Amino acid sequence: MNDILEGLVSAFWLVVTFDTDLMQISLRSLQVSLSALVIASVIALPLGTFLAIRRFRYRRLTISLLNALMGLPPVVVGLIVYILLSRSGPFGVLGLLFTPTAMIIAQVIIITPLIASITHQAMRELWAEYHDLLISLNTSGWQRIKTLIWDGRRNLLTASLAGFGRAIGEVGAIMIVGGNIDNATRVLTTAIALETGKGDFALALALGFVLIALAIGINISIHWLSRTEREGRW
Amino acid sequence: MSMMLPLTLKDVVVRRRGKRLLGPVNLTLRPEGLTMIVGPNGSGKTTLLRVMHGVERLSDGSATWAVAEEEARHRQAYVFQTPIMLRRTVADNLRYPLQLIATPRAEIETSVNHWARRIGLEARMGLQATRLSGGEKQKLALARALIRKPDVLFLDEPCANLDGASTRDIESILQTALTEKTRIIMTTHDLGQARRLAGDALFMLHGVVHERGPASDFFSTPQTAELQAFFRGDIIA
Ligand SMILES: Nc1ncnc2c1ncn2[C@@H]1O[C@H](COP(=O)(O)OP(=O)(O)O)[C@@H](O)[C@H]1O
Ligand SMILES: [Mg+2]
Repeated sequence: MNDILEGLVSAFWLVVTFDTDLMQISLRSLQVSLSALVIASVIALPLGTFLAIRRFRYRRLTISLLNALMGLPPVVVGLIVYILLSRSGPFGVLGLLFTPTAMIIAQVIIITPLIASITHQAMRELWAEYHDLLISLNTSGWQRIKTLIWDGRRNLLTASLAGFGRAIGEVGAIMIVGGNIDNATRVLTTAIALETGKGDFALALALGFVLIALAIGINISIHWLSRTEREGRW
Repeated sequence: MSMMLPLTLKDVVVRRRGKRLLGPVNLTLRPEGLTMIVGPNGSGKTTLLRVMHGVERLSDGSATWAVAEEEARHRQAYVFQTPIMLRRTVADNLRYPLQLIATPRAEIETSVNHWARRIGLEARMGLQATRLSGGEKQKLALARALIRKPDVLFLDEPCANLDGASTRDIESILQTALTEKTRIIMTTHDLGQARRLAGDALFMLHGVVHERGPASDFFSTPQTAELQAFFRGDIIA
């Protein structure tokens, strides 16, 4: 019990004194997950919107695939990316294993289906609402997509935030492909796992505070966005 | 008078899941005035209106305007029974149809201001349209439909669930549009409104046009027993 109390106190000091290790690890976490978020959003937002408004041959199959991918355990994603990037794997020559890039790749694979799925859901509702009007106004396909993306921008932001939340808190995949190397690939979640294992609760708890603060921030933003959505205000 | 008309429906049938919702309908709409469509619930009024507007898939037959289809599509507007509000401000809802056809900005603003005043929402231009009352939404939908100055305007029960004042506002806008030679085709549940506005009228029953005629004859001397019963307020089997 004393250990934990002491840990809490020194964790607090680490946070308020902007401890170098803590800062570095937190920033790396942000860098990896924000990169993954941007890449995943660029793929998933148009994909989800497209799936919501276009009927094409393999639409149902694509949606099922997306839902299946969303259920992939991160550890398995990590394993697959590891095999692909390992020296004997097909992309081994790129030498990406145990770099932040490998971690970004793994996170993109994990959160793209999630963002696309939430986008699809929201855009399908908006499209059902707008369908008759947009047809009646004789809009072109491109005008429809622009209208839906603009008027659904809060939903798209919500989808992205959910993806970011998943990315920043993920540990299994990035531990495998990043290797948790000090000063190179150590991020919030992997550092917490390591420090806890070593029994250094101070740093683990301090890192935990930062992670919790990030998670709470994301959830408040999502909550605020969906509230302004209901009230119809930006 | 519009070059678009007459509109000719020939042997139009709409079937969905094996059920015939409409038809066969053979009908020619003359070029001027207001055509009122009346009939009991489920008789096919909405379906007929959507067929005319070209947003309902035909199972059989054809609907043709006097001009090419592409041109006809540009020159008509439709007000849905439940107004569809874009999740934008009142002003942006009014701007939207004009932005779609790349109208110069100054022209858009002039039209938007004109219509905002016309529907009494000039003080609420910045309000989110989804927050308006039912009557205000319906007026906004009407203004948004008229802002492109369509030759033909379709309205599906525009005054259902509205109070007297809103109904009067809407009818006054429709009267003005009529004097400006807009061709109007609408449905209503309100027989008083039908009498006030109609130039000619159609009685729909079980998916077909059961009776039609100029308003003067239609309302004073209905020919079929079913239309007489409908005017008496009887339930028609
Ligand atoms: N998409 C649809 N699929 C199946 N039935 C429909 C569909 N749309 C309308 N109907 C049915 O078609 C009939 C005519 O509907 P409608 O044209 O809306 O009548 P009205 O507007 O006169 O009340 C009704 O029985 C209605 O339930
Ligand atoms: Mg109807």
